Amino acid sequence: MGEQIQNLLLIAVGSAFVNNVVLSQFLGICPFLGVSKNVKTAAGMGSAVVFVITIASFVTGLIYKFILGNPNIMGGELEYLNTIVFILVIAALVQFVEMVLKKAMPSLYNALGVYLPLITTNCAVLGVALTNVQEGYNILTGVVNGFATAAGFLVSIVLMAGIREKIEHNDITESFQGTPIVLVTAGLMAIAFFGFSGLI
Amino acid sequence: MNKCTERIFNGLVKENPTFVLMLGMCPTLAVTTSAINGIGMGLSTTAVLVMSNMLISMLRKIIPDSVRMPAFIVVVASFVTIVDFLLEGFVPSLYDSLGLYIPLIVVNCIILGRAESYASKNPVLPSIFDGIGMGLGFTLGLTCIGIVRELIGSGMVFGFQILPDSYVPITIFILAPGAFFVLACLVALQNKIKRNLANKGKKVPETAGCGEGCASCGNRGACSGHMFLDVTEEKKNEKE
Repeated sequence: MGEQIQNLLLIAVGSAFVNNVVLSQFLGICPFLGVSKNVKTAAGMGSAVVFVITIASFVTGLIYKFILGNPNIMGGELEYLNTIVFILVIAALVQFVEMVLKKAMPSLYNALGVYLPLITTNCAVLGVALTNVQEGYNILTGVVNGFATAAGFLVSIVLMAGIREKIEHNDITESFQGTPIVLVTAGLMAIAFFGFSGLI
Repeated sequence: MNKCTERIFNGLVKENPTFVLMLGMCPTLAVTTSAINGIGMGLSTTAVLVMSNMLISMLRKIIPDSVRMPAFIVVVASFVTIVDFLLEGFVPSLYDSLGLYIPLIVVNCIILGRAESYASKNPVLPSIFDGIGMGLGFTLGLTCIGIVRELIGSGMVFGFQILPDSYVPITIFILAPGAFFVLACLVALQNKIKRNLANKGKKVPETAGCGEGCASCGNRGACSGHMFLDVTEEKKNEKE
């Protein structure tokens, strides 16, 4: 039991900091650059991603365990459908989560709602689902991995938004204003995140 | 110029997905650690793009408008799965180095963007050539970025030593941060060119690859086409 928890912690720290989803795997770059203008929206987007990825890794984990990777159905040879099934499930899931939130938890919906439709095309969600299968994680490990990956996204997008609020009024060479300086900042953050690689 | 060669020219130069439209940034950053990976990723994407453009164009009168997005995704995902298996079977070394990014071709906005803005409105043959042009443009972009990163980061191009031994490689360029720095310089260069064009009063090319421009698009926040929107909007505001 103790060993299992230690193992989960290692996976969590690994995917949140060491292999940060944005800064070292380049998944979810688009929202990272697009929705990081101020800390409040960045935190909203980040939380929506945490929410969706955690649910998505649970659901795709279930589908893989009981349908696609199940040796009793087609001799467990349905694995080739992973990509197709996962992307459709994620797209449907985001719609579904949006409807449920709207109905059941209006306050949470008000906070996260606008970001939800944007997440369908976020490659991080599909990336996490596929990583879970490739690494052979069970459902619990998969959910922990998904949550940690998304937490890593939340941390980096909030940090980035904080930095962007500070550099907004700086005197930057004309050509580097806007996206280029954000990319340079992301590069420097990626270097800083190398520091975590000693953790594991 | 006939329509097919025009489409190829359009994809390679006029609307180059990497240098002009700035689409598909995730694979652009992730796999360009070497020139050969760039070519591999570019050609895989080209294959998917050509096939999906062809099929979507064939089915364009059958797919109902309200479910076109899920239908496109299924078509694209099927071809991605096929390419994934072909690479695993025939080019295992490339398959290993591209890894997760091959199935992620599904969410590459170039492919869905072309399906939405071109293949679903045009006949089969031009759609195929549109796919070839866009795909080769993407391949060209990835290969160029790959060459720059490999040259600075390890002194080699396509695995051949180019720079003399006395050159000390700046290893950071083949690691994750290097991707951000190279892309930053690329976008800065593009901003400069666009500003010059705008100052001379010439028409600034639209950056959105999805046809309609970004303002009306529901996917705006998640797509990278809006990267330059800030600059063009700023210019508009200045004029007013």
